[in-house]
Amino acid sequence: MTTAAKQADHLHEPAYWSRNAIWPGIYAIAPMLPGTLAFGLAFGALCAQKLFTLTEVEVMMAFVYGGLSQFVAVQSWPDQLTVSTIATLALLTATVNIRFALMSASLRPWFGTLPPWQSYPSMLLVTDGGWLAATRYRDHGGANAWFFVGGGLVLYVVWLVSSVPGFLLAGQLTDPKTYGVDLVMPAFYAAMLVPAWKGARRAIPWVVAGIVALVVHRFVGGYWFIIAGALAGSISAGLDDA
Amino acid sequence: MHDVMRSDVLLAFIAMTAVTVASRLGGFWLMRYIPVTPRVRRMLDALPGSIIVAASLPVVVEGGVVVMVAIAAAMIATIIRRNEFLAVIVGMAVAALARAVGFSG
Repeated sequence: MTTAAKQADHLHEPAYWSRNAIWPGIYAIAPMLPGTLAFGLAFGALCAQKLFTLTEVEVMMAFVYGGLSQFVAVQSWPDQLTVSTIATLALLTATVNIRFALMSASLRPWFGTLPPWQSYPSMLLVTDGGWLAATRYRDHGGANAWFFVGGGLVLYVVWLVSSVPGFLLAGQLTDPKTYGVDLVMPAFYAAMLVPAWKGARRAIPWVVAGIVALVVHRFVGGYWFIIAGALAGSISAGLDDA
Repeated sequence: MHDVMRSDVLLAFIAMTAVTVASRLGGFWLMRYIPVTPRVRRMLDALPGSIIVAASLPVVVEGGVVVMVAIAAAMIATIIRRNEFLAVIVGMAVAALARAVGFSG
């Protein structure tokens, strides 16, 4: 316990479990639920068009649990699955999802104070929205682990059911872009960026992240731009010594 | 008709799951060996904004004028009302309307 306490961020108290943060945690991720459902709807329809079975779709939803990576993988799904094409799919998935490593790393000062049998399973619930909501809670001094886990479990269950209607209705769904479904995640991200604004100086890493992401997107291709931009932004914040 | 769960598809899912679980657990595990100095603290604090911008900006730029205007509208909505739910609705509505009246993108 003493070593765990030493590792704890000196600015914040160590993690604990108390059920009174379950509802606030769910409330914090609630704005994401319509977007999650819309994303799942579009994804289910795509999978039906690509001739996956509903069982296959649900297995992917449950185990991979990375919306963007699943979308990208199914869109570029090979006609023939071989060792080489599966390796390509795994690499593609890794480039999209490696950002989860940065997110779970940032949760270490908080969840690292819990025993590993509690902290590691909790990290399986890391998603963009769940992590962003938990990070904001932590920034305001929160330490209750149920905030992240409660919201994360609800997001997970909603995610599991979200693809079913789209899969079953695939024939009737016209282009989801007609309804602006492709704006769901970017609009949510943009909304999360506004409260993160703490002055121009603190936004320098964002500019670095944006420029690097655009350059990598333009000249490298694939999805490397996410991790390259995120790392560049973070490193630039570390280099800014004053 | 094909099987409920094709075995080669399952293999592909296992590979995708392995790299994703490794990402989720690996960062957390690695930070066990990295002391949270003020410098590391600043790097972690810069992560949310950096990840958001890096993941969205190329997509937004590629999305063209409709997506850019919709995102701008979502951000303005957030500045005025501080409500993520409203921001998502505004973003979707602006894009849907723009496309309905004939803007492409």
